[in-house]
Amino acid sequence: MNRHAYLLPWIAAVVVVLLLPYVFSSGAAITMMSLMGFAIIFALSFNMLLGQTGMLSFGHAVYYGLGGFMTAHALNVIAAGKWPIPLPVLPLVGGLTGLSFAILFGWVSTKRAGTAFSMISLGIGELVAACSLILRGFFGGEGGISTSRTATLRLFGISFGPQIQVYYLIAAWCLLCMAAMYAFTRTPLGRMCNAVRDNPERAEFVGYSTQMVRFIAFCVAGFFAGVAGGLAAIHYEIVTSSVVGAVPSGYVLLMAYIGGVAFFIGPIIGAVLMTLLQISLSDYTGAWQLYVGVMFVLVVMYAPWGLGGLVLMHAPLLSAGTFRRVLPAYALVALPSAMLFAGGVLLVETSHHLLVKATEGPAMRLFGVGYEANSPMVWVAIVVLLVVGGVLLKRLSPKVSEAFHAARQDALSKRIAA
Amino acid sequence: MKPVLSPSRWALVAALALASWGAQAQIKIAYIDPLSGGGASVGEHGWKHLQYLVEGINAKGGVLGGQKLEAVPFDNKGSPQESLVQAQKAIDAGVRFLTQGNGSGAAIAISEFVAKYNERNPGKEVLYFNYAAVDPVLTNDKCSYWHFRWDASADIKMAALTNFMKDQKAIKKVYIIGQDYSFGHSVRGAANAMLKAKRPDVQIVGDELHPLLKITDFSPYVAKIKASGADSVITGNWGNDMSLLLKAAADAGLQVNWYTYYAGGAGGPTAIKQTGLDHRVYQIVEWHTNVPAPDMEAFADAFLKKHGGASKQGWWYLRMKNQMEMFALALNSAKSAEPKKVAAVLHDMKFKNALGAEVFMRPTDHSLFQDMYVSSFGSGTKHDEEGTGWGWKTTTLIKAADTVIPTTCKMVAPS
Amino acid sequence: MLELILFSSLNGLLYGLLLFLLASGLTLIFSMMGVLNFAHASFYMLGAYFGYQISRWVGYWPGLLLAPLLVGGIGALVERYGLRTVHKHGHVAELLFTFGLAYIIEELVQMVWGKIPVDYRVPELLNFSAFTLFSTTYPAFRMFMLCMSVVVFIALLLLLTRTRVGLIIRAALSHPNMVGALGHNVPMVFMLVFGVGCGLAALAGVIAGPALVTYPAMAASLGPILFVVVVVGGLGSLPGAFIASLVIGLIQTFAVAVNVSLADVLGHVGITLTRDSIGGDLWMATVAQVAPIIPYMLLVLVLIFRPKGLMGDRDT
Repeated sequence: MNRHAYLLPWIAAVVVVLLLPYVFSSGAAITMMSLMGFAIIFALSFNMLLGQTGMLSFGHAVYYGLGGFMTAHALNVIAAGKWPIPLPVLPLVGGLTGLSFAILFGWVSTKRAGTAFSMISLGIGELVAACSLILRGFFGGEGGISTSRTATLRLFGISFGPQIQVYYLIAAWCLLCMAAMYAFTRTPLGRMCNAVRDNPERAEFVGYSTQMVRFIAFCVAGFFAGVAGGLAAIHYEIVTSSVVGAVPSGYVLLMAYIGGVAFFIGPIIGAVLMTLLQISLSDYTGAWQLYVGVMFVLVVMYAPWGLGGLVLMHAPLLSAGTFRRVLPAYALVALPSAMLFAGGVLLVETSHHLLVKATEGPAMRLFGVGYEANSPMVWVAIVVLLVVGGVLLKRLSPKVSEAFHAARQDALSKRIAA
Repeated sequence: MKPVLSPSRWALVAALALASWGAQAQIKIAYIDPLSGGGASVGEHGWKHLQYLVEGINAKGGVLGGQKLEAVPFDNKGSPQESLVQAQKAIDAGVRFLTQGNGSGAAIAISEFVAKYNERNPGKEVLYFNYAAVDPVLTNDKCSYWHFRWDASADIKMAALTNFMKDQKAIKKVYIIGQDYSFGHSVRGAANAMLKAKRPDVQIVGDELHPLLKITDFSPYVAKIKASGADSVITGNWGNDMSLLLKAAADAGLQVNWYTYYAGGAGGPTAIKQTGLDHRVYQIVEWHTNVPAPDMEAFADAFLKKHGGASKQGWWYLRMKNQMEMFALALNSAKSAEPKKVAAVLHDMKFKNALGAEVFMRPTDHSLFQDMYVSSFGSGTKHDEEGTGWGWKTTTLIKAADTVIPTTCKMVAPS
Repeated sequence: MLELILFSSLNGLLYGLLLFLLASGLTLIFSMMGVLNFAHASFYMLGAYFGYQISRWVGYWPGLLLAPLLVGGIGALVERYGLRTVHKHGHVAELLFTFGLAYIIEELVQMVWGKIPVDYRVPELLNFSAFTLFSTTYPAFRMFMLCMSVVVFIALLLLLTRTRVGLIIRAALSHPNMVGALGHNVPMVFMLVFGVGCGLAALAGVIAGPALVTYPAMAASLGPILFVVVVVGGLGSLPGAFIASLVIGLIQTFAVAVNVSLADVLGHVGITLTRDSIGGDLWMATVAQVAPIIPYMLLVLVLIFRPKGLMGDRDT
C-alpha cells in the first residue's frame, strides 16, 4: 500500500466539504451544514472524554457555552475598539476560554472517576447554568449577549454576512480540529488515555498518574468544546444562558453515543445524523424527538458500539471478501425489521395525529398513503406488524450473529494466513 | 416552425399561468412564540387567535384579489436564541412576515436579527410584527424600520396605571414584584419613578424580581408580600408567573389590591376568582369583553364558541385583530406582497378598529397608539371570563391621544 | 417576621418531605443496584399525570392508590426487560439507558397530555384552609401532603426494619453477592425494589401534582435536586437521605425570603460596593437570587471532600 494512503480520507473530506454547497445550495441546506460543522467539533471533543478516556460528563456544554459567551464579548469589544483582528481568529478565543475553565473545574472534577465524576460534572453544569442569572454582566441575563459578525476587520473583502461565507469558515475550523483531535489520539498521551479507560489500576502501575492523564484529556476536550462554542456564537450572533445548561449537554451525549464512542468517526456520524434529524425530521413529524430517544435507547441496549460501529464492524469483512457470507442472513431479517419499523412508525404517527392534532380530524397521510387515523384497521395493522415482526426478529437474530461471527472468523484467518 | 398561436403553446402558457397563480396563492406569516414550557398557555392561546383571524380574512376573499394568507407556527420555547433558529427556518421556508409577542427577550433578538438580515440581503427583506412585547427599548434605543408594534409600551401602560393609582387615597404601601428580564426591569424602573413623582407619600415596601417562567410555587414570595404589610401589589407578570402568583395568593388568603398588565391572560381569571378579590384586581388593556361595541362583542362570542373549549378562554388580543386587519389593508393598498412596499404603507397608517375608534401608527418609532382601559375583575358584568361568573368592568378610559409619550428613536428608513 | 419564619418552615418542611419521598426510592435503587436512575423524576411525573387522568375519570382518591401501583408495575417491567439487558454492558450503559428513558417518557407525556400544564385539581374534600395564623391561611391540602409523607416514611422504616423482606433488602444493600449466595432470588429483589422505588416516586407525584403544577417539564426541574439529595445524604443510608432532603428543602425555601446581599453585609462594616465595582454582580446578588445554586455547590463540595456523603457507609 502507498505510504501516504492514510492521507486519502482527509483529502476526500476536504474535497467533499468544498463541493457540498454546490450540491445542496438552498439557504436551508447551507444553514444546516454550518450547524453540522460545529456540532461535529463539539461531539468529537466530548468523545475525547467518553470514548477515549472513559469519562462520562453530563456538563460538557459548560465549556462550549462559556467559549461562546467569551467569543461574543470579544467580538463586541473588537468591534467597539475597531481593533485589526479578523473574524476567522475569533474561535481561538472560545477555545482558550474553554481551556481555562476546564483547567479550573477539571482539577476538582477529575479527582474522582466513574459515577462520581459524572455527578460532579452534572453539579458543575447546573451551577454554571444557575449562575447565569446572577452574573448579568457576563451572561446578559435573559436576553443573552448579541453580537455582529460583520463588524470586524475584513480581509479580501469578505464580510461574513452571507451564510455561505460563514459555512466555509466553520468548515475550515472543523477540518482543522478534526485533524488535531485525530492526531491527539495517535500520540502516546492519547494511548495512555485509552489505558486509563480500560484499566486504571494497571495504568498506575505503569507509572502514570491516572488523575493527571484524565486532567489533561479534560483540558484538551474543554479547548475544542470552546472552539465549537465560539463558532456557534459567530453563526447565531446571539448567546443565551441555555447554551451552558443540561439540554445541550444531553444532546452532545446523544450525538456521540448514537454515532459510536469506540471509533473516531463515530461522533462525526452522530453529529451529522442528529443535526439532520433535528432540522429535517421535525418538518415531517412532530414526534421526532421521540424517535431520537427510542433510537438512543435501542443503541444503548442492542448496539452499544453505535451506528458508526455497526458500519465499521464490517470493514474487515469487506477487505477480506467475506461480506457475501452475511448477506443471506441479513436478507432474512430485513423483512421482520422492516415490519417492526413500519409498525412502530405507524403507531407513533397515528397516535400523534389523534392526540396532538385532534382538531384536524382523523384523515392523515403517511409515506404518501392517506388513511383514517381512528379506523380499527389501522390498529389491527399496527398490532400485526409489531407482533409478527418482533417474534420473527427474535427467532432469526441468532442466525444473523452466527453468520456474522463465521464471516468474521474467516476474515481474520484469511488475514493471518496472508 | 410552430405557429405562435398553436393550441399546444396556449396550453403551455395556460399551465404556467395556473401554476404560478397557484404558487403565489399563499402569503405566509410565521407565528414565533412559546408552544411549550412556562409560556405555552399564552402562546397556544395567541396561536388560536392568529388562526381564527387568518381564516376570517381568507373567508372574505383573501388579499390582493384572491390570494390567501397562511399562518405557520414555530415554537421558540420562550428562548431568544431559539427564536432566531426558528426565524431562520421560517425565512428558509419562504416566509416574509414574522409575528411574535410573548417575551421581550425574544422580541429584541428577533428585531435585531431582522435588521441584520435585511441589511445583508437587500431585496429579500422580512418584516417583524410585534403584537405584545412591550419593553420600551424596542421603540426607543433599539428601534428599527422593519419592526412594528401594535401594543402600548410598558411605560405607556405604567403611566396610565399610576395616573389611576394617584387618585386612590387608600394606597399607602406598595410591593413591586416582577420577572427578572428586560421587561420586568423596565416595569420596576417605571413604577418606582412614576409613583415617586405622582404620590411621594406612598411607601414602596418591596421590590422583587424572580426567575422568568421557572417558578411553580410562589408561596415564599406571597409570604414576603404579607410580611411587608403592603396593601397593593404592582406586577407585569404574564403566563404561568401571573396565574401561579395569584393561585399562591389565594392559598394564603392574601388581601391586597393588584395592579397588573396581564391578569386577564390565559389562566388569569380562573386564578383571580380563586382569590375571592371582587373588583380588587386591575389591569390596563386596549379592550376587554365588556367594552360596549356590538361588532366586537359578536366577534368575541363567535371565537369563544368555536375555540373556547373546556377552559372557556375567549378573545383577548384586540391588538392582533388590529394588526392583521391593518396588514391586509396594507397589502391591498400597496398592491403587492413585497415587504418593503407593505412597510411603506404601514409606516404611518391610520385605521378605524373594531370598536369604531381611531388608531394610528407613529412613523417616528412604529408604535401604534390606541385607547386604553383600566379595568377591574369582579361580579356583576355582562360577559364573564373562563366560566368563572366574573368579568371585567371599565374603571377609566384613556383616549389614544393622551397615551402618547416621546421617543428617542432615530430609525433609518431604507432608500 | 415570626409569621414569615413559621410559614417558611412549614413550606420548607413540606418541600423537604416531598424530596424525601422521591429520594428514598432513588437511594434504595442506587445503593442496591449501583444504577443511578436518571428516569426517577420521570416516574414522579408519570405518577402525577396518571393521577390526573384517573381523577378526570373516577376521582382523586382512587388515583392515590392506582397511580403508584400502575407506575410501580411499569418500573418493574422496565427493570426486567430493559435494565437487565443493559446490565452486561456496564454501569455507564445503565446510566445512559435510564437517561434515554427519561427523554422518552417526557416526549410521550407531551404527546398524550399536551405541552401546557394540565388542570389537576385539589380534591373537594380538602379544598379549604386548615388554619389561620397571623391572618395568613394555610391550605388543608398541604397539611395532607405533610401527613402522607410522614406516614410513608414511617411505613418504609417499619418495612425495612421489622419485616423479613426488609431484612433481605437491607442485606442486599451492602452485600448483594452474599445474599445471592445464600439462595435468595436477588434479581427478583432488584425488580421489587425498582418497582417499589418507582411507585414511591409516583405517589409523590400524585400528592404534589395538584399543589405544584403538573406539566411536562416537572421531571427536568426536580431531577438534578434529587441527585444532590441522594449524594449529599450518602449511599446506602435512608436516614441520610431524610436529613439531606429536609436540609435542602428548608434552605431553598428560607433562602428565597432573605433579601440580603454581600454588599449589604459589607456595607454595615463600612465598605461600599455597587454594581459598577469590580465583580459588581457578585456583591449585589441577594441570597434570594443565589438560592437556586446552593444545592449544587453543596453537591460539588460533598463529592470532593466527603464522597461518602453525610451518613453513607459506602463510597460513591
